[in-house]
Amino acid sequence: LGLALYTGSLCAVTSAAFLYHDYCVIGAGPSGLQAAYFLQQASRDYVVFERSHAPGSFFALYPRHRKLISINKQYTGKSNSEFNLRHDWNSLLSHDSRLLFRRYSRDFFPNADTMVRYLEDFASLLKLQVQYNTAIVHVTLERDRQAWNGHYFLLTDQDRQNYKCSSLLVATGTWVPNVVNFPGSEYVEGYETVSINPEDFAGQTVLILGRGNSAFETAENILGVTNFIHMVSRSRVRLSWATHYVGDLRAINNGLLDTYQLKSLDGLLEGDLEDLAIIKDKKGKLHITLRFYLDNRNTSAGIDSITLPQDELDNFATRAPYDRVIRCLGWKFDFSIYNSSLRMMPGKGNKKKYPQIKPSYESRGTRGLFVLGTASHSVDFRKSAGGFIHGFRYTTRAVHRLLENRHHGVPWPSTVYPITQLTNSIIKRVNEASGLYQMFSVLADIILLRENATAFEYLEEYPVGVLAELEVQTGRKAPNGLFVIIMEYGRNFSGADKDVFYYNRAVGEAQHAWQSNFLHPVIYYYKRLPTEREMRLRPPDWPLPRPDAVHHIVEDFLTDWTAPNAHILPLRRFLENCLSTDLRNFFAESCFLFAFTHQKLPPFCRQGYARMQGLVGSEGLRRHAVEAGLLEDYSLTDFLGDGPPDSHEGSQDQLLRDHAIPVHPLQHLVNAKDE
Amino acid sequence: MSTHKDRWVFSFSFLLFCASSIPTRGSARLLQELSPQEYFSSLQAGKASLAYFSHNVSPGAQPFLEQIENSAKALQDYGISVVKVNCPKEDVSRYCGKENAFRKAYLFRGNTLIREFPTDALFDVNSVVANILFALLFNEVKYVETLADLQNIENALKGRSNMVFAYVPATGTAEHRAVMEAAFAYGTVHQFVLTTEATLLKDTGSDESDVSSARLLFCHCQRATDLAQPCRRTAMGQTLTMLNIHRHLKLMGAPLVTEVAEDPEKVSTVHLQLGLPLVFILSQKETYEADRRTAEFVAWQLLGKAGVALLSRDLVDLNVLLRSNVALKTPDEGVPVKYLVLEDTDEVVTLVEDKNKVEQIQEDEEENEEDEDEKQDNNQDIQDDQVVEAVSRDKKRELPLEQILVLTEETFHSALSETARTVVLFYASWEAVSLAVLQSYTEVADHLKGTRGVLLSRVNCWDWPGVCTKENVTQFPTIKIYEKGERSVVYDGMWETEELTSFIMLSRVSCPLKLATIDEAEGYLRGEFPSELSSYHHTSLLGVFSTASSEAREAFEEAGNILSGRVTMGMYLEDDTLSLSRKYAVSPPALLLARSGGRSVEGIALSKQSTQDMVQMIRYELLDIFPEITVQNLPRYLQLGKPFLILFSDGDISQMESKEMLKLAKGRPQQAFVACWLNLKKTPVGRGVLKAYFATMPSLPVLIWVNLHAGGQVFKFPSGQAVTEMNILSWLEKLKAGLEIPSSTLSEEDWKPPLPAYDFLQMMEMAVPEVPLHTSHRRGDTPERHPPESPGGDTAVREEPSQEMMAEKVGSPGRDLRGTAPRLAAREKQGKRHSEL
Repeated sequence: LGLALYTGSLCAVTSAAFLYHDYCVIGAGPSGLQAAYFLQQASRDYVVFERSHAPGSFFALYPRHRKLISINKQYTGKSNSEFNLRHDWNSLLSHDSRLLFRRYSRDFFPNADTMVRYLEDFASLLKLQVQYNTAIVHVTLERDRQAWNGHYFLLTDQDRQNYKCSSLLVATGTWVPNVVNFPGSEYVEGYETVSINPEDFAGQTVLILGRGNSAFETAENILGVTNFIHMVSRSRVRLSWATHYVGDLRAINNGLLDTYQLKSLDGLLEGDLEDLAIIKDKKGKLHITLRFYLDNRNTSAGIDSITLPQDELDNFATRAPYDRVIRCLGWKFDFSIYNSSLRMMPGKGNKKKYPQIKPSYESRGTRGLFVLGTASHSVDFRKSAGGFIHGFRYTTRAVHRLLENRHHGVPWPSTVYPITQLTNSIIKRVNEASGLYQMFSVLADIILLRENATAFEYLEEYPVGVLAELEVQTGRKAPNGLFVIIMEYGRNFSGADKDVFYYNRAVGEAQHAWQSNFLHPVIYYYKRLPTEREMRLRPPDWPLPRPDAVHHIVEDFLTDWTAPNAHILPLRRFLENCLSTDLRNFFAESCFLFAFTHQKLPPFCRQGYARMQGLVGSEGLRRHAVEAGLLEDYSLTDFLGDGPPDSHEGSQDQLLRDHAIPVHPLQHLVNAKDE
Repeated sequence: MSTHKDRWVFSFSFLLFCASSIPTRGSARLLQELSPQEYFSSLQAGKASLAYFSHNVSPGAQPFLEQIENSAKALQDYGISVVKVNCPKEDVSRYCGKENAFRKAYLFRGNTLIREFPTDALFDVNSVVANILFALLFNEVKYVETLADLQNIENALKGRSNMVFAYVPATGTAEHRAVMEAAFAYGTVHQFVLTTEATLLKDTGSDESDVSSARLLFCHCQRATDLAQPCRRTAMGQTLTMLNIHRHLKLMGAPLVTEVAEDPEKVSTVHLQLGLPLVFILSQKETYEADRRTAEFVAWQLLGKAGVALLSRDLVDLNVLLRSNVALKTPDEGVPVKYLVLEDTDEVVTLVEDKNKVEQIQEDEEENEEDEDEKQDNNQDIQDDQVVEAVSRDKKRELPLEQILVLTEETFHSALSETARTVVLFYASWEAVSLAVLQSYTEVADHLKGTRGVLLSRVNCWDWPGVCTKENVTQFPTIKIYEKGERSVVYDGMWETEELTSFIMLSRVSCPLKLATIDEAEGYLRGEFPSELSSYHHTSLLGVFSTASSEAREAFEEAGNILSGRVTMGMYLEDDTLSLSRKYAVSPPALLLARSGGRSVEGIALSKQSTQDMVQMIRYELLDIFPEITVQNLPRYLQLGKPFLILFSDGDISQMESKEMLKLAKGRPQQAFVACWLNLKKTPVGRGVLKAYFATMPSLPVLIWVNLHAGGQVFKFPSGQAVTEMNILSWLEKLKAGLEIPSSTLSEEDWKPPLPAYDFLQMMEMAVPEVPLHTSHRRGDTPERHPPESPGGDTAVREEPSQEMMAEKVGSPGRDLRGTAPRLAAREKQGKRHSEL
């Protein structure tokens, strides 16, 4: 026993210096746990530090009114698990089907407590290595040539325990509340502490600072019992259904818009909070004034000596006094724990709440430091879903794949297919892939062509911002050109000031697909990998530089891109013209004819029929093909030797043209969604 | 088609060159307006000008003036200036004074009046140019009215120069203009003779009695020696246009027979440049004189249709058959020179004329294609994939899928473990090939109904992607046969009912099957054992091993795993193998092969072989010696990579042919070719093959040699000869020696996209030209380098607040903040209007 104690204490002593792990993850929220899952699956040496006693501490408190606004769709009419993830915004990725959020809640907008329970289960069922009650208070670097990145990360927790890691994954989210300082801001209550009991607001007049979902959620909660609510913010309201950005105001919280526009006393105002000042009168009422008036006065003087705007402008909007002022201004990343040598810099402009990172999610300041989860949203802020579970579960996987390649020589997973499967593999992915769908314009599938375009390699969900570094980042080679499959909204469709319900907003015809407005697949073709310079100089609002060719699959009301003529045929033509080959399917009989009359076979015959796997097809199908003029029935022709020998092919093509009946799309059905 | 175009470009640019080389001193304005004094003082000796006098434009003269003005450019090309002379009111001089002078145009050369034209003779540009050139070229173009006049001119020219004789139904027409324009260029070379008398045309022996169309004949009078005989004539076949006449005269001017002494591939003559073929008469020293006469004879026949060249084989090292006597070079680039063996000169002529005919047809087709090029935008959305189209035409029909169990992610594993053998079709319900295979699969299910121990099932990968990924399904469709929870076999045969059915049946029996007794082994060779297969025709393979030959046995067992489903393999390794080996005269290790249906058993000795070798050897042994080729079995023979000697027959082949061919095939055990036959009744697509090889259907049966893998040449066994082993062999010898001419050659073209795609990149650039899609975009605007971003995701919103913030900062602090207060109130009122989209 003594020996055990001794060794135990020895361990403790050495570990007091540092405990080493290849990977350290800070934060056991959704992205931290998601990263832990992938590290665990790859049997990597990792640990997750969580300052709370349980995972998901943010969700234990927020949202204050407990209603998550990420949808939890029970039914989609489909059994495809990948497709269903498109409409399940709360689940994390795992192999365990018990860990689907719909098994935890039947609510479309679930309660936040359910999320906490889910995260607890996720960590425990998957036996993730989480060290709770460990708040990392300081992070610094130790230079070492031997280290993966030329340095180790040294982490210190609240008990002065040190940890050493080769790679640091920051999954701390944005949890530091944004505050503004203006005269009288001491009278303002924060969202994090304000009462959520509507009765506390009965008969009160409330001013809310901020215009995000938390502000509207707060308003929604007390809308029915207050005298009226005013809401002030610098920017205009941004509705998520107009911007196609899930972080903007969601319809579920927008009751106040209704009451404002119907003149039911509530209202919205725009103004810079920095200019505000709040003065409390003797009755405890809060008056809005401007910092400008205070600057000229002796602040110690009483309320009566201070000019209020309404003294000069008697119709000043916020002249009525308020009972409460609530601050709902969102959160920012905690920069405080990083030593300056890590150069964790805030982003610029509206991204200042996030640390600066590259499109590969690696910190701009420190190699080997990756930012995951909400804190990594600067990559696609106000565009895609990278700040939310249903987006960052995929970007976290992408980071894991980058790390596997960089540190363990495990190249990006890929599948090699024969070229005949090119159209199919794209159609399959654009119809079911959830990562492409949620992380539109950010994650892209990459098709690397093999020599002579006889085969291709398919890579899923690569961060498109680092396309130029593809070969280094994935360990795959792209010498023969590539396709990039990505999803996009129409370029000028989304935006706070856009009318997204205008007549004829949807495109129905494949030939106008490039004008599609709703989310639709876009395929870029490059004869060679774009360079970093080309990536940098790409046109604004383009996720990628100018390709050698581009194809849009026309938007679809059902987001089902499997229509043979409207979706698959134009895609095939695009691929054929990029590869300069014929990607049609042929019945064995046609391949037989080609084998005897051409020295070369089309890919479908070459890779199928010639390898003894031709498509003979049933009698009925071949008859249909004959009726369509696409197959000649030689048993019927009384062969009279018409036409010169060389023109045979031509005549069959002729046949093809003559007999093919133009398919006129049913205009009214195609455009039904407009009416 | 491109060469065709090039050729016109060539001729046209030549003409332009001719035209522009004529000295012109036209001023910037084509129609000059001068006063009478200016006009007459500007006239230069030898320079022609067309003048029209007017006081002011009278309404009646307006259309006439327009035509004159339109003609100015054309006339300028011939050095003729066009002048409108504005007569002062008081002027009463010769041209300005008379009222009717205004109804006329005057042609001057220098200050000499050549001719005056009534304005109604100059009704359009053609008539202006034709009439004016006609007047100027009075000497170069003789106008004749009688046959005697024509003959006089002709006789006078004999031995001196050639004559161009043109008939136009009327003067002032486009044809007339074309003749005059040609005369302008060629008038000094040839004597031009023009007539409007149709009778003259008839007398020239032209068989066409249609007098409404203009004709042009080239009369070779320079060569004419006999004064009594009329000059040889070559009529121009095409319509009378400047280009055609130019082309015709160029051809007539070219030497009748060109003597060449270089590789025909490199030769280029006027004919080729003008898009006509060139015929080479291959000559030898010994026969040179005769060949030259032949060449000249042919050349006269082909004049205007093709060029003729005489090539001395002694001077050029030609790598062609010694027997070849004629070569044909077409103007199309990239088409190799064809060498032929022709019997008489008529054949040469027909060769060229047929070629022209073919070309004509092709040109027509090309023109059609051109028309269609324009329409192609509409064709792009028409399905041209036969499988996709067939499946979508069939989509309303409900397939009888009751026999096939639907598996899901949940039921997949339990279902597999419940049945001895589970066949699983992995497919995608949106994919055409999958659905086509699903149809055959239902037929298989029908065949196998009630077969115990076999479960047919399907997994729709569109519904259950997880299972498909786990089962490593990378292609749609995939069929796998699972043996109770354990290993699985991927079906790699034809997507077809019978082959799949047989595969499933054969794979029920373990492969190789261990045979315990000699009776079993014998029964196995007879196809009676195992009993479940007795109703299926199949080839049985029996490996006979002594206990010592474990290496070969292991290879055989592994080969069995690979070939499972394709063949039945048995294995016998009892001590009394000797009785089997003695019976079939083999020594173990050995294979015994019992072909389906046949009673014979072949013995094959096994030497040291790897599994791969053994698989390949067994596959080879399974092939027939003289098979009937079908759509289903062709790939097996294609894989041998050998030429095909194939007898096309309408129905069964006769016993005699079969016997002879079999003899031929058996004669050489390591054949360099695949001898086979094709039943057009059973494989009608064979007609398509023949149709591609021959212009006319050859009489059946027909024996064809086709080298599918190298060169793609197709040879036809002479129809006169009987199909006997000897005849075929000697014919093959000749083929080998290169003494036969291929009937056709298979196209070696790559398979290109059938139609273009929508060019969205171009459409985007057209629609939004200011969007700098090109990478040469200036740096400052890239999102990454954007200055600190103000709130707002897109440009429109981004700009709004920042501008206002700027404005606030610019103003004085006091006003600025005062301004903020009402802004709080005013913002809503101003509320930005939704921009109309």
